[in-house]
Amino acid sequence: MHVFKRQVIKTMGSEEQKPEEQKPEERIHNFNEVCFGYTKDQAIKEAKRCLQCQLPLCEKGCPAGISIKKFIKHIADEEFDLALKTILEKNSLPGICGRVCPAEDQCKKSCISKPKINIALLERFAAENAEKIVKNIKKTGKRIAVIGSGPAGLACSSELALMGNEVVVYEALHKPGGVLTYGIPEFRLSKKIVMDEIDYIKKLGVNIELNSVIGKLFSIDELLKKHDAVFIGTGAGLPYFLGIDGENLNNVYSANEFLTRNNLMKAYKFPEYITPVKKAKRTVVIGGGNVAVDSARVAKRLGSDVTIIYRRSRNEMPARDEEINHAYEEGIEFKFLTSPIKIIGKDDVDGIECISMKLGKPDDSGRRRPMPVKGSEFKIACDQVIVAIGQGPNPLIGKTINLNTGKKGNIIADNNYQTSIKNVFAGGDITSGSATVIKAISDGKKAAKIIDEKLKRG
Amino acid sequence: MYKIKEKKVLAEKTVMMEITAPDIAKKTKPGNFVILRINEKGERIPLTIADHNLKTITIIFLVVGRTTEDLSKLNEGDNILDVAGPLGNPIKAKKYGTIVFVAGGLGIAAIYPQLKALKESNKIISIIGAKTKELLFLVDEIKENSNETIICTDDGSYGKKGFVTDALKELIEQEQINHIITIGPPVMMKAVSELTRGKLETTASINSIMVDGIGMCGSCRIHLNNKIRFACVDGPEFNAHEVDWDELIKRNSKYKEEEHECMCLKDK
Repeated sequence: MHVFKRQVIKTMGSEEQKPEEQKPEERIHNFNEVCFGYTKDQAIKEAKRCLQCQLPLCEKGCPAGISIKKFIKHIADEEFDLALKTILEKNSLPGICGRVCPAEDQCKKSCISKPKINIALLERFAAENAEKIVKNIKKTGKRIAVIGSGPAGLACSSELALMGNEVVVYEALHKPGGVLTYGIPEFRLSKKIVMDEIDYIKKLGVNIELNSVIGKLFSIDELLKKHDAVFIGTGAGLPYFLGIDGENLNNVYSANEFLTRNNLMKAYKFPEYITPVKKAKRTVVIGGGNVAVDSARVAKRLGSDVTIIYRRSRNEMPARDEEINHAYEEGIEFKFLTSPIKIIGKDDVDGIECISMKLGKPDDSGRRRPMPVKGSEFKIACDQVIVAIGQGPNPLIGKTINLNTGKKGNIIADNNYQTSIKNVFAGGDITSGSATVIKAISDGKKAAKIIDEKLKRG
Repeated sequence: MYKIKEKKVLAEKTVMMEITAPDIAKKTKPGNFVILRINEKGERIPLTIADHNLKTITIIFLVVGRTTEDLSKLNEGDNILDVAGPLGNPIKAKKYGTIVFVAGGLGIAAIYPQLKALKESNKIISIIGAKTKELLFLVDEIKENSNETIICTDDGSYGKKGFVTDALKELIEQEQINHIITIGPPVMMKAVSELTRGKLETTASINSIMVDGIGMCGSCRIHLNNKIRFACVDGPEFNAHEVDWDELIKRNSKYKEEEHECMCLKDK
């Protein structure tokens, strides 16, 4: 009987809706978004597949705590405004999260529909097909300074504003958005969407001060004089290098530099935009995370052949499956179990010397530790290398004030996001190292709640 | 937006601008720099803060590429879209004894705030150089703030004929020197560093290519004693004898072709 029931469920709903995508052979020549998102018809069909479970497990998997069941019902009923309103109650960045959240490891993971509902795509649809309405908010009279306008800072500031607090966000760069702006490429997250969602947050009353390098322009102490609390969300902006020979040759980029030049400075539109980026014929990207895959796909679009080398195997790659598949479709080559030894060249890069690896026993991360295979050295010819082996917390603020920091320069905060200085809170990658956009959003939101409660108590 | 309060052409292709930026001015210390971006399509370039007032900062730049050329065309009353700073670590205002500043080209602008800060507790000897007389600037200001000033031109049109390193070599033989600070083109700083290696403590100010200026990209990285350091957040001042000069010189010419492309396009 049980088995029979399952079969009923399986055949009851219509087919899984797949959004249109730009064809690989076209998209490798432009920076436009790969995925077009759902049409109205598709979104409604997909929403109607939702089983509306009594106990929606998907919601347990959402770090932002969105009422997923409810918003999907609204889409199924074609009440798109209500769908968006439901999402905005918990998440001010639905267009962004709908694109970059690793839903397959979160909400979608515990969905019991078969196939699982594409929740993130529905969130994206809601964000694009309804107007974000700003309601009147009762002011608390409290003032909070937020440092950094990336995912953590934006989530924290919008939550605080929704609770009636006056918020000023200080951003070091000339554009807000942090990693959403300088890091994630246009074809995965359109900058128009980022700016639209930031505009909504501004409409909630959040004031964003650009070109404001905290620690240099204003100290935390100065901010505390003007504000009741400070939240630090300065992210993981410090690129790691390998420490191998040839790493400072021309045409060796950190992924951060390569992506910043292209995403923030629009070097892919050089010389219309003045910031240059080297155009290579053959690029090797070192690393296995989303940043490595993003860099590879940018290099591809700049006209280069691209190989990603990763010291573990496909299974251990931290990048999202969807992005890895997109990269494969775009003709990016992967060389697994390959570790770089040195970068070869005189002025510019001529190639990279690597060694083959094999997987040993699991290490601290739970993944099998890669070990070099003796005598397996080989060379890959290339004229550009991008190092994407991870980022650490940006050290600028930790250096300029007396905050307790960890070994890697991360700011130490307790479970309540409280740092070693009274009324100074921190969350996102600056505390955890390098994680995901949604983890930072979740930190920012939770910290906002704690800050608000604390200030209300006085 | 940051308003240009005053603009002056100091020498051939050398422009000074006083920019209204009260918050930055308030925090500026000798050795700091700013990153600026002229307009929406512009690049971010670092420039040393040569001077500051209550509400303004002064930058001096050489017209060498597209961005500096665009900047040189702005006038008093015009706005610069973005100015971020003060960045980099300020110099240590220490008592050394006798300090010799060795500066060439735009480095003359960069030593100016430093010698002003150090002159109270040190004897200052400045050696400044340029190809020819027309390219020299801030000569009176440097003279006023130094105990002794030696001027060199490659063609002998002003002061001594020869390079700043020639003058420094002579000076080392005559004078008891405690510290050397050199700012200018990397080739010049390399020559100074080689001259003083093993003899005299020497500080150099690194002017590598930057994007964000806040430690995020590593474009400005150098090898210092075989370790990677970022000029923007670890510097810009470093022990000259530990810098891999050849690598820096190479890295600084990285975008020569692109710079050329950009200028050609502009001329069309």
